[in-house]
Amino acid sequence: MSDAQTQIPVTVLTGYLGAGKTTLLNRILSENHGRRYAVIVNEFGEIGIDNDLIVESDEEIYEMNNGCVCCTVRGDLIRVVEGLMRRPGRFDAIVVETTGLADPVPVAQTFFMDDDVRSKTKLDAVVALVDAKHLPLRLKDSKEAEDQIAFADVVVLNKTDLVTAEELEKVEATIRAINPAARIHRTERAGVALGEVLDRGAFDLSRALENDPHFLEAHDHDHHDHDHDHDHHHHDHDGHHDHDHPSDIHDVTVKSVSLRGGEMDPKKFFPWIEKVTQMEGPNILRLKGIIALKGDDDRYVLQGVHMILEGDHQRAWKVGEKHESRLVFIGRDLDAERLRKSFEACQAA
Amino acid sequence: MPTVAPLDFEGHCVAAVFLNDVPHFALADGAIHRLDNGQKTVRANDGLLAAFHDAANDRLITGGEDGKVFAVRAGGEVSELASAGRKWVTSVAAGPQGAIAYASGKNAFVRFADGKVKEFTHPRSVEGLAFSPKGMRFGVARYNGATLHFPAADGKPVELEWAGAHTGITFSPDGAFLVTTMQENALHGWKLADGKHMRMSGYPGKVKSLSWSAKGKWLASSGAPAAIVWPFSAKDGPMGKAPLELGTRGNTMVTCVACHPSQDVTAIGYEDGMVIAARFADAKEVLLRRPGKGAITSMMWDREERRIVFGSAAGDCGVIDITA
Repeated sequence: MSDAQTQIPVTVLTGYLGAGKTTLLNRILSENHGRRYAVIVNEFGEIGIDNDLIVESDEEIYEMNNGCVCCTVRGDLIRVVEGLMRRPGRFDAIVVETTGLADPVPVAQTFFMDDDVRSKTKLDAVVALVDAKHLPLRLKDSKEAEDQIAFADVVVLNKTDLVTAEELEKVEATIRAINPAARIHRTERAGVALGEVLDRGAFDLSRALENDPHFLEAHDHDHHDHDHDHDHHHHDHDGHHDHDHPSDIHDVTVKSVSLRGGEMDPKKFFPWIEKVTQMEGPNILRLKGIIALKGDDDRYVLQGVHMILEGDHQRAWKVGEKHESRLVFIGRDLDAERLRKSFEACQAA
Repeated sequence: MPTVAPLDFEGHCVAAVFLNDVPHFALADGAIHRLDNGQKTVRANDGLLAAFHDAANDRLITGGEDGKVFAVRAGGEVSELASAGRKWVTSVAAGPQGAIAYASGKNAFVRFADGKVKEFTHPRSVEGLAFSPKGMRFGVARYNGATLHFPAADGKPVELEWAGAHTGITFSPDGAFLVTTMQENALHGWKLADGKHMRMSGYPGKVKSLSWSAKGKWLASSGAPAAIVWPFSAKDGPMGKAPLELGTRGNTMVTCVACHPSQDVTAIGYEDGMVIAARFADAKEVLLRRPGKGAITSMMWDREERRIVFGSAAGDCGVIDITA
């Protein structure tokens, strides 16, 4: 495997037709940010920019032949990334735009499951664009819109100018209910600062949970991202939601389970998390956690997608930092009570 | 002791071949370098992704990011054979009677020697292409199997099913067997007479290079710390037989194989750039090139069976003379 410096970061852009993906892509391709992007799209569509590094590719989902139904990858991405990486000097990063109805999971899993892709690139973040006006309707008629939000590291809540302040609050609460761990940016015309969507390191274990001070805070606090985009100030709102219970918002089937505990016994915790991801893998869209292990001076961080689980020591606990374990699951049909009890049973005596 | 004439290029070498006994190197940026009384360069695709050596016509067929297909002949003659539009041409092959095939997205195209083009559309992406050595027939590697087309006739294609993603394809030189490389570290084969399946698995990595030995008695493959060489001389191919493992190394993988044109010997190229030759009968090895900068991506023997041209992922290419 190549070292991290030579791995090209990949940003995955999801969102329904009309949510603003093309607008954001055009900005990524045309703004003067000093970085060159290769963009993999399903159709050239409205991208009015002539660029050799826009690659049109047919979305091609391959089930892996290992009996696991959630082990899917995007075959076309494997081929395109391999081709692009034979001439790596042309670009600094890759953006993958998915179709409106796309399931983001196979895209993400490609970057973990294929050895060639994994050795040359690394998934940076999954960004979901959401149309503030049409989200309630989208959630009614499709599972994909919900999956895209549930799976995202960053949600760009776009077209805020087309809704009232009350509607916007409600849409944001819905997004929050589906995915409490994502950063949300309110925008008009996809006007988010590009630094908020590119080069996030959301899947980088050494950075993932570090650059998000709000990640996994106690859930009686506000999870709001204090938006860096000062053009679009919005006020914090507290306690509209409780992630551990099904949302009172209709048409939402994804929920999150946030767990916290003290120091864990590694002999109990690791078999437990492996069993959970084996058994519940198909129901888990994402998981993230910071674990305090008994007798270990370092924080242990983990993340997962379905049955794929990655973990590593991150850094030493700081002086005065509370040795505490926090873990969040985002998925469907998760038994919150059972997860909580079995998680707590892994605590060191 | 073999000698190596090294050549350093910029970038990934997609194909290293002899055209009219002159070494040619096709690079990913589309440059075709040749060693013809000094180094000379012509250009083919703007972004070269796939190349196939058309032995019968002594030319290299290339496909690329520009959606075009070129033929490169000795002496630096480059001609455009086809254009498939704005999608990448990801696979090319050459067949009998001057026909070529190329793939773009879900479509495979056959271009006959007279310039006529026939299109074959599939429900899923065309991953790999190969012509059968006999008759006007070509195979497409695809998700969940392979499809055989008969482009000269209007008959229905033959579908060969096997679950999983098939990425590359080759016919045995006698046309009796079809073998595909798969996404999941395995080969799959079909005996075409009766459709019997052959599973060839156990590779630690993906198989990206295949080479048939003289008369098709063996099929050498990459994807392991050794060259895995399957016996195909029996009626049912390698079924129930163990493959040979040649040139085993502990710390690197085989990335390229090229069988000798007449003897049961294969050249083996590794991830670290080393090249050896190994004999099937006694597994005896000869070092041909010490490790270099990049993985070996392509090799070919010349007609006199004296030289091997090789290319690497880092551009450190060369010609090995085994008689020197």
